[in-house]
Amino acid sequence: MGERKEKSEQGKQSIEKKPIATRDAYGEALHELGKKRQDIVVLDADLSGSTKTGKFAKAFPERFFNIGVSEQDLIGTAGGLSLTGKLPFASTFAVFETGRAWEQIRQTVCYSNLNVKLVATHSGITVGEDGASHQAIEDVAIMRVLPNMTVIVPADGIETKQVINAIADYNGPVYVRLGRSKVPVVMPDDYDFKIGKAHTFHLGKDANIVAMGIMVTASLEASKILKNECLDVGVINMSTVKPLDTETVLNASKICRLIVTAEEHSTISGLGGAVSEFLSETNPTRIIRIGIKDDFGCSGTSEELLKLYGLTAENIVKTIKEGLK
Amino acid sequence: MKSTVSEKDIAVLREKAKTLRIEILKMLTEAGSGHTGGSLSAADIVTALYFYKMRHRPDDPKWIERDRFILSKGHAAPVLYAALALSGYFDKTLLGTLRKLGSPLQGHPCSRKLPGIEISTGSLGQGLSIANGIAIGLKLDKLSSRVYCLLGDGEIQEGQVWEAAMTASHYKLDNLCAIIDNNGLQIDGHCCDVMCVEPIVNKWAAFGWHVLDINGHDMEAIVSALNEAEILKGKPTMIVARTVKGKGVSFFEGKVEYHGLAPTHEELERALKELKG
Ligand SMILES: Cc1ncc(C[n+]2csc(CCOP(=O)(O)OP(=O)(O)O)c2C)c(N)n1
Ligand SMILES: [Mg+2]
Repeated sequence: MGERKEKSEQGKQSIEKKPIATRDAYGEALHELGKKRQDIVVLDADLSGSTKTGKFAKAFPERFFNIGVSEQDLIGTAGGLSLTGKLPFASTFAVFETGRAWEQIRQTVCYSNLNVKLVATHSGITVGEDGASHQAIEDVAIMRVLPNMTVIVPADGIETKQVINAIADYNGPVYVRLGRSKVPVVMPDDYDFKIGKAHTFHLGKDANIVAMGIMVTASLEASKILKNECLDVGVINMSTVKPLDTETVLNASKICRLIVTAEEHSTISGLGGAVSEFLSETNPTRIIRIGIKDDFGCSGTSEELLKLYGLTAENIVKTIKEGLK
Repeated sequence: MKSTVSEKDIAVLREKAKTLRIEILKMLTEAGSGHTGGSLSAADIVTALYFYKMRHRPDDPKWIERDRFILSKGHAAPVLYAALALSGYFDKTLLGTLRKLGSPLQGHPCSRKLPGIEISTGSLGQGLSIANGIAIGLKLDKLSSRVYCLLGDGEIQEGQVWEAAMTASHYKLDNLCAIIDNNGLQIDGHCCDVMCVEPIVNKWAAFGWHVLDINGHDMEAIVSALNEAEILKGKPTMIVARTVKGKGVSFFEGKVEYHGLAPTHEELERALKELKG
């Protein structure tokens, strides 16, 4: 959980293109937003250093509320603040935000369709050494199932910043899933995030990968490798998992033989689930879901864990080649 | 209440606690990550439990008549791993695998992977309910085993803790003794600044518990409190152990940033020098 301060890196890449954790991008975006909008209030549950809401807290202490280690109270308080016309952002680790407070999110936030933004960090297995207790790999599933909820999983820092601005302008409950580790910038310079709109890098005639979060990077790599083997495999960043961009999924399914979903999440009811549910009713297509197979995570470095659970470009390549046989 | 143990035994326990601290620091440095402050603050309490108070059999971890220990503040896993290894539950060399891929010593305790762990923890606030359940089950089975549960002072901000507090006194779970590692710190700062938990003693008393307020680094006081808890009938006991986060290493003591930071190799060397004195 704790981190030593990093020595400043001197890279060739410009500030914008440097790998950055989505949680860091969140901290910056929230701080900027706080300057512009007085109605924004931020709540955390004793993890403001890790979730990066600390930056907002420092700048606007009168609009920051640390609720302590009590996630259920965090959600309820955020709900109450929204009833007074404030725009609450509530943050903690994904496992505790969505898991511990699920019924508060269901009853208080979603049932009454409150304007509460749930932005959680430390999602997925790239949490690393803390192990299974801290690795949320079910959060998309349990947020997606809630009526009125919007679910967004940004792929990189640039997209995260756009997402935070977009959800501030949107009225209703939103869950945003962020990560702990640094991720490369993959979205193009002219990218313009819209809730519910996927970004298609390119469409492939052989297969198309529908990915979210860090798996977008791995999918782009896999597509490149497969191109050298004369397979045309497209990549779609489905950052809004709910509402799913069904038009994009349907079009992709019509031009290829195989749809692959890729997520740092359980293959049950996450992105793979959403795509499968939709296509089975509209255009039954062969689908392979890459993700964590009905299992818990464990301790290890994030690289080791990505390999162990098959969340790598290599495994996507292998899966697609087998799937197209 | 006067302690029934000799001064010599207390001295042995103090020495044991020091060994625990050394093992904690070594394994955390080797792991490169993990929770230093809250492992060190609990070292004396956990030593008293594993090497004085609890009836347990390291060669038979599931012995039906054993006393149970629930580490509700699961991030302090290193203190539990050190106690288990030094008790003989597994080989001490395993401590060097903490937090590494494939190790049974997960970042937070995992009961499926390591003998001696009663239940997996790591998500705060759940341990006391589990301890209640075990205490009720033991009573149903007419077993005289006791249940010990260690909580953090930040952890007691979780609502579930207070639900469990009611359950324990409602069912008069006198075979349960909970301990709060009252080191005054959590992740974002001092508990009193983040979310005030005081007055801790009055709160637990108001919830129907027998409360003992002690210095959590005074071995004699810990031992006496554990003995008093065992004798007391009709109520669960809460030991509020006043501790110092990072206790035993001067440059970690009372430092909020060492909640979740492992020592560097250089810090380890300095720390070991201090401890071995
Ligand atoms: C449900 C839950 N929420 C948040 C966390 C993250 N977390 C780990 S330790 C900690 C602070 C705990 O403080 P305290 O109980 O005082 O522990 P200690 O000082 O003994 O280390 C937090 C918030 C968690 N593990 N579980
Ligand atoms: Mg504490």
